[in-house]
Amino acid sequence: MKIHEYQAKELFRKYNVPTPNGKLAFTTAEVEKIAEEFGLPVVVKAQVHAGGRGKGGGVKLARTKADVKTCADSIIGMTLITKQTGAQGKKVNKVLVEQGLNIKKELYLCIIPDRETASVAIVCSQDGGMDIEEVAAKTPERIITVNVSPITGFQPFHARKICFGLEIEKDLQKKMSALVKNLYELFVAYDCSMVEINPLIITAEGDILALDAKMDIDGNALFRHPDVKEMRDIEEEDPVEAEAAQYGLNYINLDGNVGNIVNGAGLAMATMDIVKMAGASPANFLDVGGGANAEAIENGFRLIMKDPAVKGILINVFGGILRCDVLAQGVVQAATKLKLSVPVVVRMEGTNVEQGRKILAESGLDLINAKDLADAAEKVAKIVS
Amino acid sequence: MSVFVNKNTRLVVQGITGQEGQFHTRSCIAYGTNVVAGVTPGKGGQKMDEVPIFNSVKEAREKTGCNASMILVPPPFAADAIMEAADAGVELVVCITEGLPVLDMMRVKNYLATKTTRLIGPNCPGIITPGECKIGIMPGPMHKPGGPFGVVSRSGTLTYEVVHQLTQVGFGQTTCIGIGGDPINGTNFIDCLIAFNADPDTKAVVMVGEIGGNAEEDACEWIKANMKKPVFGFIAGLTAPPGRRMGHAGAIVSGGKGTAEAKIAAMKSSGVHHCENLGNMGKLCKEIFKG
Repeated sequence: MKIHEYQAKELFRKYNVPTPNGKLAFTTAEVEKIAEEFGLPVVVKAQVHAGGRGKGGGVKLARTKADVKTCADSIIGMTLITKQTGAQGKKVNKVLVEQGLNIKKELYLCIIPDRETASVAIVCSQDGGMDIEEVAAKTPERIITVNVSPITGFQPFHARKICFGLEIEKDLQKKMSALVKNLYELFVAYDCSMVEINPLIITAEGDILALDAKMDIDGNALFRHPDVKEMRDIEEEDPVEAEAAQYGLNYINLDGNVGNIVNGAGLAMATMDIVKMAGASPANFLDVGGGANAEAIENGFRLIMKDPAVKGILINVFGGILRCDVLAQGVVQAATKLKLSVPVVVRMEGTNVEQGRKILAESGLDLINAKDLADAAEKVAKIVS
Repeated sequence: MSVFVNKNTRLVVQGITGQEGQFHTRSCIAYGTNVVAGVTPGKGGQKMDEVPIFNSVKEAREKTGCNASMILVPPPFAADAIMEAADAGVELVVCITEGLPVLDMMRVKNYLATKTTRLIGPNCPGIITPGECKIGIMPGPMHKPGGPFGVVSRSGTLTYEVVHQLTQVGFGQTTCIGIGGDPINGTNFIDCLIAFNADPDTKAVVMVGEIGGNAEEDACEWIKANMKKPVFGFIAGLTAPPGRRMGHAGAIVSGGKGTAEAKIAAMKSSGVHHCENLGNMGKLCKEIFKG
C-alpha cells in the first residue's frame, strides 16, 4: 500500500530520519500562510501517488511572494501527468509546502526486500536526484548494495560500507550512519516493501535530510499496522480496483474487451495470455482467489460489467479451494440479480465439477460451454471479434 | 518412486479445526493420505473426525511419529506455525496459507537455514504423489499415478491445468509440487529439478513459471548444466502490465526485471521445450516425449 510523501515524512520524523520543515496545504491561502511562517524560498509539492512529479510540473520552487501564489495556483487542482500516472493523469488536491534548502550534494537511498537472498537490501548511490534505473543501466558501478540479514539487523559495518562507498565526508559519517540505521528500523517496524529517498541531500550547512520520501507498505502486513491503514487515500486508487479490494478480490483494469473471471493468479495471467493469442484482448485481470464464495463471484461479475468496453466474458475456473458448485451458485446468483448483457463462456474443471455443471445447466441461463482452455479462448475471441 | 512424499508419509495438520483445515484434511484422508495428527493450540485431547488433536507439533510428533506437516492457519500465525514444525524436527512442512508478510517469510527462511526441514510454499497448493499421498488443496481425482512426468509450478490452478492435460493425453505423474507464488519461498525450482533428476521413475518434467524474480532463469541455467531429462516449460504473464502485482505477491515486473520474455528466452536457450499456448501443453508433451 502506497502512502503520500507527507505521510512518509511524518513516519521518518518519528524514527529520527531528518526531513525539511514542511506542512500540508489544500488551498493557495494556506500555502501563502505557511510560506510566511517558514520564510522564502519554499518548495510546493503535489501530493499524489506517482513518481516523476517534478518533470510533470507538480513540484515548484517559489523565491518570491508572487511566486508562491503562482506556484500554488498552478499546482492545486491541476491534473498531473507523469510517466507513472498514465495519459489520464491524477488530480492534485493537496500540496506539501517545504522550506527551501541550500543543496550541496544529492544522494540516492532505497531499502527493499531482496527475494533472492531473503534479506533486506539497502541500495544507494552518489548520483541522487536522477532516474535510478537509468543510473543502474548506464553506470552500475555507481550503485552500492548492502544486504542486511533480518536475523542480525543493521550493524555498524553496514553503515561503514555505505559511508565509504558514497564517499561521505568524515565529519558527516556519524549523521549518515544514524540516518540509514533509523531508516532500516522504520522499514522493518512498518513492514515496508519499499522506502526510497531520492534525493537524500547534504546541505551547505552540513545537514543530511530526506528531500523526498516514497513508502510502500506490504499489504499482507497491514493487520499489524492499524495506523498505516488510516493513511490509505482512496482517491489515489482506481475506483473499480478499490471496490474489488473491498470485496476481497484481486482486480486489475486493462484496455481490452474480454472480461475474465479466473480462480488463481497464475491461471488468470495464463488466461489473459491465451485470450490475446486467440486474437482478442483482455479487459481485466480478476483472480477470485482461493477462499472465494458465491457472493465474491457475483461481485466479480458486477465489477466487469462496469467496464463498457467488455463485449464478452470468459469464466475459467479450475476447482481447488474454490469448488465448482460454489462457482456455479455464484454465477446463477449474479445472473438473477444483474442483467447479463454480454455472452458468457464458461470453462470449469476440478472439485465438484459435475454438480457445478448441473447447477448451471438447470439455471436456464444463456451460457456457452467450453470443453477446455483452448476451446474457451477461441469461443470468446470469436464472440468479441 | 516419487519425490519428497509417498505412502510412508505421516501427516500432521496445523490448523486442523478451522473451516478450511477440516475441509482439506478430509479431502486428503479421502485421497488416502495417512493423516495421523492435528494441531490446534488449546484443543489438545479433542478429535477432528478420527484424527487426534494436540496442543503442539512437538507433542504430535512424539505421540504419532508424524514426518510431514500441512499448514492451514491464517496468515498472521503462519510463520510461527512453520517455525514450530521445524523446531519439532518435522522433515517436510507444506504451507498452504496465502498472505504471509514478506518480512515474516524472510525470518522463516533464515531460521530454516539452521534446520534440516524442507519447506514447500507458502501460498501454494501443496504436493501430491498420485495414488500415494496428497498434502494440499489440489483436486485429487484428476491425477494419474505412476509417472513418467514430474510437475513443478509457482501457481496452484496452473498446476491443475497442466496435470489435467497430462492425464488427458495419457501421461501419469510421479509427483506434482506447487512451490508457491510468494517472492520468498522454501523449496525452489532447482530443488525440485534435482529431486526429479535423481528419481528413476520420473522421465520428464513440466515446469510452470510466471513473471517476477529470477527463479526461472536460475533454474534454466541449472537445467543447461545438469538436467538429464526433458523439461517442458510454460511462463504466465506475457500480457501482464509492468509495475502491477498480478495477484501473487511475487508476480510483478519491476524495473524491467522478471519479464515473461526474459524467462521464455532463458527456457529456449537452455533446451527447455517451451509451450507458448497453455491450452496445448498436454499435446506438446505427447508430441515430443516418447518415453
